Amino acid sequence: MATVSLKNLTKRYGNIAIVHGIDLEIADREFIALVGPSGCGKSTTLRMIAGLEDISGGTIDIGGRMVNDLPPRSRNISMVFQSYALYPHMTVRENLGFSLKIAGAAKDDMDRRVAEASAILGLDELLERRPSQLSGGQRQRVAMGRAIVRDPDVFLFDEPLSNLDAKLRTQMRTEIKKLHAKVKSTVIYVTHDQVEAMTLADRIVIMRSGYIEQVGTPDEVFSRPATRFVAGFIGSPPMNLHEATVSDGKLVFGSGDSLPLPGQFKSKTAAGDKVVFGIRPDDFFPTGHGLSSGGDTEVHRLELPVSITEPLGNETLVFAEFNGTDWVSRMLNPKPLKAGDRIGMSFDLSRAHLFSAETGKSLRV
Amino acid sequence: MKGFKPSAPFLLLLPAIIVLAAVVVLPLILSLYSSFTPFRLTRPETFFVFVGFRNYLSILSNADFWWAFGRTVLLLTIALNLEMLLGLGLAMLVEKATRGQRVLRTLMMFPMMFSPILVGFQFKFMFNDNIGLVNNALQSLGITQDAIPWLIEGHLAFIAISIAEIWSSTSIFAILILAGLLAMPKEPIEAARVDGCTPWQTFRYVTWPFVMPFAYIAMTIRSLDVARAYDIVKIMTDGGPAGRTELLWTLVGRTAYSDARMGLANAMAYFSILLSIAFTVYFYNKLAAARAQIGAEW
Ligand SMILES: Nc1ncnc2c1ncn2[C@@H]1O[C@H](COP(=O)(O)OP(=O)(O)OP(=O)(O)O)[C@@H](O)[C@H]1O
Ligand SMILES: [Mg+2]
Repeated sequence: MATVSLKNLTKRYGNIAIVHGIDLEIADREFIALVGPSGCGKSTTLRMIAGLEDISGGTIDIGGRMVNDLPPRSRNISMVFQSYALYPHMTVRENLGFSLKIAGAAKDDMDRRVAEASAILGLDELLERRPSQLSGGQRQRVAMGRAIVRDPDVFLFDEPLSNLDAKLRTQMRTEIKKLHAKVKSTVIYVTHDQVEAMTLADRIVIMRSGYIEQVGTPDEVFSRPATRFVAGFIGSPPMNLHEATVSDGKLVFGSGDSLPLPGQFKSKTAAGDKVVFGIRPDDFFPTGHGLSSGGDTEVHRLELPVSITEPLGNETLVFAEFNGTDWVSRMLNPKPLKAGDRIGMSFDLSRAHLFSAETGKSLRV
Repeated sequence: MKGFKPSAPFLLLLPAIIVLAAVVVLPLILSLYSSFTPFRLTRPETFFVFVGFRNYLSILSNADFWWAFGRTVLLLTIALNLEMLLGLGLAMLVEKATRGQRVLRTLMMFPMMFSPILVGFQFKFMFNDNIGLVNNALQSLGITQDAIPWLIEGHLAFIAISIAEIWSSTSIFAILILAGLLAMPKEPIEAARVDGCTPWQTFRYVTWPFVMPFAYIAMTIRSLDVARAYDIVKIMTDGGPAGRTELLWTLVGRTAYSDARMGLANAMAYFSILLSIAFTVYFYNKLAAARAQIGAEW
């Protein structure tokens, strides 16, 4: 049983608040990803949970026990650091077994658990090496192994894959997912790679300058972003977001271009409202080259000039000019296009988003 | 000069080579040679009498020499160990300081700025049995009524010298170990805390192995220093009372100049260098092992 519950958790350095009273309930065995831009307080939050950083306010409960004043060693957690933080003077075997040795485990128990972890992570050949003799990916696996061996209530990961190359990262991502299915511990995983967050997590927590913007399943944060910030942060390429004014059933953009006001927002806006219109590249596509959408969708068609294209093989990102700037669209079954071509573009308005320009909050509710 | 064309670099370095040879190599050769003669300053002609290893053999059966040798090793052991402990403690305290660390580091270097002669005089004054600070303090605090004969009784004098030595050089350990602490990555320490270590265990299993090479560097430097100890002892006790604090180099100095037996003194000196070499080799091996252990890249 290891729920983690943060209540009004606050961190200040001197007078500067870094984490502004966040609340979060994490269920037992849940995989939570903590994402957000650099400097938003992800590591700080994780380190407070680990006990490596003092708490300025609020409480942290692990498994129903308040741990505010407990040192890290009494919290029964494991942490994988971004820099791996292996003990350089110990062999891989000693690194893996260190926490057990400190806990005074019996020799055969220790050997068994080290062997288990090493088998899971494929470290058997490396056991007698020192960290300086390992590649980045191997060090990363040792760091994971060290965390697993302890059999903790909660795993804390701080951007564990960020030092790996793209291929290895994808591979390790799969490994972590398998691992979680196997060890069934609660996991809090900090990353700024949204793909990692989307693929691994049960729920994603999006942070921004010390506040939580939204907590939700990957599908929720992708399809129903609560704020303009989340909409822009999740999804790649990012959602097209442009300010507009509501006027007489239309959205009028700065340059005078306009789109019809999506039906679902008609009752939620009044003429003169300043809003931010958002549409994902998947829902804005060259006509005939989008996701096949049902007949009930509200598609608006316009002829727009192409400014550049980015072919990705299976699809092409087409930047079409509208409202004086480039809007990115995703073209499936791509056909050759060149800059300056005028093509028919479809806006699937039933899947568009509107946010209040003032508060940034979604107007969907 | 046909056929001999020295290269330009050699020609350019030649003046330096000549100077070096004149001031370093030549005296070394001369002193080494004189250790094979019964040379006495008062009788210059003895310089040309070659006696082979007689001086060296006489050292082997010279009790004073072996006492001085043993005392030097003892001082070395005591001083190095205590300096190591104190330096480690000091370095860890300074590393903890969140503000004023620069000032503290400078203050810590202070004893190193004093010339050993000055240190000798300071401590000679402080340990003076009548007017010294130490006895005064002890008496005012009511710890003792008697004037403790610090520099007069053999063992106490040795202790006083050790204290002066330690005071003046603990900072070498402190500075080097502090450098080690500051250079050390912080994550393994945090990892150890998460892995269940108490502060002591963190130190024992993570911090210490990291700092060890730095401690060995300090040990090497200091073992050479102490094996050559001269000034402080010369000033504080001049090897007295009755030769009870005589160290190798004070003995060498006395033999050479007071007894004017230069040949014998030089033989002692060359013999003593063996001690320094032995310690250097020992600590270098330790250092290499410690470095290999933490996978140091320097
Ligand atoms: N010791 C400190 N004193 C003052 N400010 C600090 C200290 N440590 C961190 N900060 C500030 O706290 C903020 C949050 O830092 P944190 O490391 O949690 O960011 P992060 O979300 O993990 O970013 P990244 O993705 O770059 O790792 C940053 O703005 C940072 O400048
Ligand atoms: Mg971070």
